[in-house]
Amino acid sequence: MLTKRIIPCLDMTEGKVVKGIQFVEFRDAGDPVKLAKKYNEEGADELVFLDITATVENRNILIDVVRKTAQMVTIPFSVGGGIRTKEDMKQILRAGADKVSVNTGAFNNPKLISECANIFGSQCVVLSMDVRKVTTDRWNVFINGGRTDTGVSVIKWAKKAVSLGAGEILLTSIDRDGTKKGFDVKITRKVSQIVSVPVIASGGAGKLEDFAEIILKGIADAALAASLFHYGELRIKKVKDYLQSQNIPVRN
Amino acid sequence: MIGIIDYGIGNLGSVSNAIKKLSRDFLISDDPSRLLKAEILILPGVGSAREGMKNINKRKLDKFLFEEIKKGKPFLGICLGMQLLFEESEEGDVSCLGILKGKVKKFLIERKIPQIGWNQVRIKSHFLRDKAWAGNYESGIKNKLFTQIPDNSFFYFVNSFYCIPENKSIIAGETLYGEKFASIIVKNNIMATQFHPEKSGKVGFQLLSNFIRKFYVN
Repeated sequence: MLTKRIIPCLDMTEGKVVKGIQFVEFRDAGDPVKLAKKYNEEGADELVFLDITATVENRNILIDVVRKTAQMVTIPFSVGGGIRTKEDMKQILRAGADKVSVNTGAFNNPKLISECANIFGSQCVVLSMDVRKVTTDRWNVFINGGRTDTGVSVIKWAKKAVSLGAGEILLTSIDRDGTKKGFDVKITRKVSQIVSVPVIASGGAGKLEDFAEIILKGIADAALAASLFHYGELRIKKVKDYLQSQNIPVRN
Repeated sequence: MIGIIDYGIGNLGSVSNAIKKLSRDFLISDDPSRLLKAEILILPGVGSAREGMKNINKRKLDKFLFEEIKKGKPFLGICLGMQLLFEESEEGDVSCLGILKGKVKKFLIERKIPQIGWNQVRIKSHFLRDKAWAGNYESGIKNKLFTQIPDNSFFYFVNSFYCIPENKSIIAGETLYGEKFASIIVKNNIMATQFHPEKSGKVGFQLLSNFIRKFYVN
């Protein structure tokens, strides 16, 4: 049976892993390559790298991190941050990443998704969406590192991106990011139900039960967490043991 | 020397990194005359069948692969590199290499496509026994391909399509995703996996290493 994935996320800037709360107040969380290697050994199913500043200078640093990580780890990893063109994507894949996540660049130019999917295959193209609840029953897509409300509903953009060829969705709740109050189950469930591709839930993991909840109630295919793992509050193995005790299939 | 075939798509980085970790020499090339020197060929695969075949044909790798495999050169196909061995793929309705009889179809039952993540491989018992390759290559020699690969091990998959070989006896491993599909095939000098051994942790490396050791003299 296909197992549910537990994915540590490494938000990076200038070659260092940082972690913020609701996309601000960042603090240093260590060396990305070392962390990647540690998670690889601890049983992570996949890794996600996000370059949160994504300037031209950082791009080269990022490529270097990708190259080094690819040499160290034996599990898949995706890389995102500032991807605007198919050349950006090619460069990252060539450095050894398995998937590339697109966010603002794809929102501003949806053709980027279809172009990349046609060349590299849908499975390489992850749509990363940063979302925030704007009314009781509406979530909007935010771009530019969560700073700009696009006014577009999450459901609408998710459907469109998948029809263009996105092979997976990384759904991050800005409201929950770094708060440890649990994932946003409602929006994850909605997105997971309307799209035919796997959904990775992100933002808000705080305790073991949150992981089971997002998989069972949020119908997430994978759950992502950052600070919990970086600061050693929870170990990947512990999360997986717990999920298994709840009859959720995991790789162990 | 292991030849990793570059056909313009696909993730060569992760395959070459894996080969490096196994301390083996390799070359990455799209040029049949250079690849001819390789003792083992690997066709990696990430991408669409249509784009893949277009690039293979453009580089005249189709004829090269057909001849080299026929001559008995050890060949490993990964993911799309497995699918392209067959006659045709539903993905873009494209004719493939036709080295093996059969076709490539899309998953029909599970709602989430592509299948992404870790799934189990059931190794067919006749591939685990001695004389696994009876009537085939090195008949009678204990099959080393699955040494230290426990049955039902987890491997990393990313696929929307899967192969249906005409000859079921070449299916060495099967996996369930809504429907049961061939996740490893072995025929003479050919091994192909629907999953990515280069991305499947320790057990994936073991399988790669077994394959290389089985065929590599040096």
